[in-house]
Parts: sequence; structure tokens; C-alpha cells
Amino acid sequence: MTTLQLQNITKRYKSQAVLDDLTLDVADGETLVLFGPSGAGKTVLLRLIAGVIEPDAGKIVIGGEDMTEVDAEHRGIGMAFQNFALFPHMNAFDNIASPLEANRSSAAGIREGVEKVAKLLKIDHVLSHRPKALSNGQKQRTALARALAGSPPVLLLDDPLRNVDAKLRFEMRLELPRLLAKQGATVIYVTQDYKEAMALGDRIAVMSQGRIRQIGTPEDIYNTPADIDIARLFGDPTINLLTVIPKKDASGVYVELSNVRVPLPSMPESVVGKECVLGLRPETIVFTEPSAQGAIPVTVEAETPLNEKTVTLLLTARGREILLSRPAGTPGPSSGPAAIAVNGAAAFLFDKESGARIATPATTTNRNGEAA
Amino acid sequence: MESTSTPERILRGIALTLVILFFMFPIFWIFMMSFQTNETILQIPPSLSFTPTLSNYMALITGKLTTAAGTLDIAFMGNLGNSVFLSTASVAVSLLLGVPAAYAFARHKFRGSEDIAFTLLSFRFAPPLLVLLPLTQYFQWLGLSDTYIGLIWVYQLICLPLILWIVRGYFEDISADVEYAYRIAGHSWFATFRKIALPLAGPGIAAAGLLAFIFAWNNFVFALVLASASKQPVTVGALAFVTSSGIQYGQIAAAIVLSIAPTLALALYAQRYLVEGLSLGAVKG
Repeated sequence: MTTLQLQNITKRYKSQAVLDDLTLDVADGETLVLFGPSGAGKTVLLRLIAGVIEPDAGKIVIGGEDMTEVDAEHRGIGMAFQNFALFPHMNAFDNIASPLEANRSSAAGIREGVEKVAKLLKIDHVLSHRPKALSNGQKQRTALARALAGSPPVLLLDDPLRNVDAKLRFEMRLELPRLLAKQGATVIYVTQDYKEAMALGDRIAVMSQGRIRQIGTPEDIYNTPADIDIARLFGDPTINLLTVIPKKDASGVYVELSNVRVPLPSMPESVVGKECVLGLRPETIVFTEPSAQGAIPVTVEAETPLNEKTVTLLLTARGREILLSRPAGTPGPSSGPAAIAVNGAAAFLFDKESGARIATPATTTNRNGEAA
Repeated sequence: MESTSTPERILRGIALTLVILFFMFPIFWIFMMSFQTNETILQIPPSLSFTPTLSNYMALITGKLTTAAGTLDIAFMGNLGNSVFLSTASVAVSLLLGVPAAYAFARHKFRGSEDIAFTLLSFRFAPPLLVLLPLTQYFQWLGLSDTYIGLIWVYQLICLPLILWIVRGYFEDISADVEYAYRIAGHSWFATFRKIALPLAGPGIAAAGLLAFIFAWNNFVFALVLASASKQPVTVGALAFVTSSGIQYGQIAAAIVLSIAPTLALALYAQRYLVEGLSLGAVKG
């Protein structure tokens, strides 16, 4: 049983805090995705867990044991680096064998172990090659194989698909969950790609500036983002963000878009008169008849077909840009004037000043650190 | 490759020829001198047509120098042996001390590490003659003057900073992640040093060792002051050719040919590493 706990971890370089009092629990066998922009401290966090750098404060507990002072080689961790970090003077076999050698396995045991994991990752035909002679995809798989070879109870994967081409990334995104499930390890997976995060994570921890901003299941993060930044990071096309000042009348809270009233049925009255940002997922907006109730007039600027969906760029009467996403093949105008309907119940409202999402009574859970 | 025009190529060829002539001519001339007698060497104008003689080499190898004033004993072959021993031993000691130190300086930024590294480098700033006076005194107190150990110790002033700074650049060039990966795979820091850092810095270590060897081999002043005849290397031993009856140019030339032969062979053999190592040290220094 290998759980992983980080307690109040702080790490500074010079006076800059890279990790700021960070606390994180990962359950046994769970795949936790660390998601965030460059410089958020994700890689530093992985290195702290791996034990190659030391925290300035805080505790790292792996499998119930305090590992803060334990050397990297005794932590029982497998790690795949973003830049692969293969040993350039060893062939793929020896690269993958390195954790098995450290276990003092027999030569036959090492051979068996390497071949098993190599077969799993489909690199058994290039085991005699040096890293220089491997393609990027093979390098990536070798690095992954090396991390998996010792069957470590904790796996740290630092954006392993970052440096591989799009096709392989797509394949690996499908393959990895199965592989990780088979391994049964507790996994921390770092990525900057929200689709990867959504596809792989049991839970996602969104990091920025050395802190965890939100942690929850992929659905939680998507449906109840903690703030504007997170809402913007998750979702493709990006969420529509419009500055609004909510009003109130007898039938409840509403905002006006192009002088059309859009009711926000679940919003608290406290938002009335405050400058807010309205968040509209592109897939919650639909085309409608101009004469329909609540229809907002727009002009279609451009249409981009994206395989399974079609994205349309619209311009409102006030010149604000709005993206609309609909399943490919469904009817819709591709130019000229049109009208859209906005589902106020599916909209987010963010405080313009702090960026925090204004909680609706139905969705008050799943803020920082609370269990999903 | 950029394409170069014909005149550019011709000019480049001429420039290269000039440079090669400039640097190779002395070596060529000394090589020719080593097969001539003093009379033909000193003849004016100098001539390229002469009857080659091996007498210079014979004199060096047998250790009997025949001059107008009689026969002199010279210890040239002994000197050559001393040179080989002193340079090899010095470089070996320097590598043993310098490579781990370079690794420490490259990987572990501890308090004062830069200062210590710089102090070690600064040994090379001091003019040797300035150091020598007090050093002679110390060596006499310690009983180290005229010993191989003493000389090898002093040679560390030449070899150690060189190896330390060049090899350090090489270690810094190895991605830290590669070493981390080996640690995380379950190996101790020492195994990581041995199995990852050393092999990857290998060419740099070889280049630094070679350079240090050449510097040690060419040293003159330390050995002149701190060693007596029996421990002296060729650089000092060559002084014996300045005899009371004149300077034995032929033998000096032969001695030079013999003494540069080992370093020249080594340098030619390891040329690639040498250039690579030097440029790398320059960039990362």
C-alpha cells in the first residue's frame, strides 16, 4: 500500500518561493495529474518527491514512512523525465536494466524484466541501440520502460509526452491509462496539456505559482472551475469570457448581453451590481431562430471544422468575440447574421477583481483540497 | 556547409600554408639539424645539402659526448626517463585528485566552492620564480628537495588547476537529469559518479590529462631549482650541451627531437579530444 503525502512543502530559490506551503495527498494506486503552466513548480515538486532536491520546509511521506531525509536511491520511485534523460553511453537494454541492476537481480532476472517491459512498450526490437540511434518515440518509450522496469510503487512521470509528435502522443494517451493500471502504482503525472490531464487523471491538481489552486476529478475541474484561469486552461475551444454587471428584477438575477436578458437562475443575489466576468463554454451556446425568446443577434465571422466538432467565431452587436462549438454535421450558418441562445444555468460567473468563481448553491463543494 | 567561392578557397589555402610553414618550420629545421655535425650547422650560409650523420643520436644514447676538449658524460637517457616518470606520475596524481574535485565543484554548490576553485586556479597566475624561493626553503626543511615526490608535488601546481577547470566544464555539461535518473533508479551517488559522470566526461578527462602532461613535460624552472642532476627531466638536462668548448647544436637538436617525440605522438593521437576539450573548457569555464 503506497500512499503519498506532501505536508506543507516549501522550496525557495534565492528569495523566490517555487513551492509555497504545498500540501497534497495521493491515494494508493491513484493517478494524480499535476496540471499547470510552465514555472508553476510541477517539475520541482516531482524532484522533491524523487529526492534529488531537498525541500526547505515540510515533510514527504511515502507509504506511511517519512522520506524527507532519505536518499533518492532508497525511496522506491520510478521517474520518467520530460527530456528523457537516457544514459547516452548505454544501449536501450542497459538503460532499462538500470533499476533492476540496482535491485541486485540475477542476470537472467534482469534480462527477463527488461524484455517484459520492452515488449509491453513495443521497443523490444531496438534494445541494442544507443539512445542516439532511437527515434523520439522510441526514446520516450525507453525512458518510460526504465521508469517502469523496477516495478516501483510510486511512479513520477514528468510530461513524458511533451517531446513526441502529435500522432504518438495521441496513441500514448490511449495506451498509458491501461499501462498504468497494470502497473498498479501510485502515479503522479505532470502535463501542460489539458486533454492529457482529463484523459489520464483520476484526479487533477491544478498548480500555478507554487500553489495548488484546485484539486478534483476531471469533471469537477471542468464543471466547477475554482477561478477564471482554471476555466480558461480547461476546454477547447477556450471558454468565452465577457465582462458583465449582473442585475436583478422580480424574476431573479440576470445579465444583459446585447440588450437581451439572460437569466442566471442559480446565482446568489450578492453579485448584483458587482463587476463580474461571465464564463460561457462554447458548447453550451447554440444557434437559434432570430425570433425566438432570448435570442441574441450576432454576425458569423469564421467557421473552423475540427474533426468531431465545428467551431464558429461570432461577433456580437458590441463587437465582442464569442466562440460557439457544435457537433460536426449539425446544421448552422457559416456566414452572415445569425442568432444564438445562451443557457444561463450552465454559465459561470467570476468575480472580476479576484478571478474566483462565484459559487452557486448547487455547486459549492470541491474547492481547494476537499475530497471529490 | 556554406558554399565558398573559388578565390576565397585559394586565399584560405594560402593562409593555411603560411600558418603551417610558420609553425612547422622550426620543427623541420631542428629535425634536419639533428642529423648534422656542429660544423655543417654553423656554416654560413646554411645549406640543405649535407651528409646525414647519426653521431648526435649515438652520443645521446651512449651517454658519451665527444667535444673538442675531450669526452663528457651526459645523462640524457636518464633525463628522458625522469621526464616520462615525473610527467606521468604528476598527471596520474592530478587526475586522482582533480577529477573528483572537479565533480564536486560542478555538482555541489557549497559555501565557498567558487572561492576554493578560483584559489586553485590562481596557482597558475603566480610567476613560478616567485613561488620558488620560499618553496626551496620549505623543501629543504621538509627533506623534499631533490626527491621525485617533491617534484611531483610541485608539478601539481601546473597540472591540478588545469585538470580541475577543464574537467569541471565537462561535468557541468552533463545534464543533471541523467545523473538524477541513475540515482532514482536506485544507485548510490558513488555508483552514479563511476557509471555515468566518468564515462560521459571521458573525452574531457583525456584531453585535460594530455594537456597537463604536455605542460608538465615542458616545465623547466621547477626542476632546475628543486632537483639535482639525477632527478632532472630533459628540459633541464639539455643545459649539459652548453659545454666549456662550445654549444653542441647537433646534440641539442637530437635531444629536442627525442624529447618532443612522446608528446607529439600523444598529441597527434589524441588531437580530436584535445581540441574538443579545450573549446569546451573555454565555453563552460
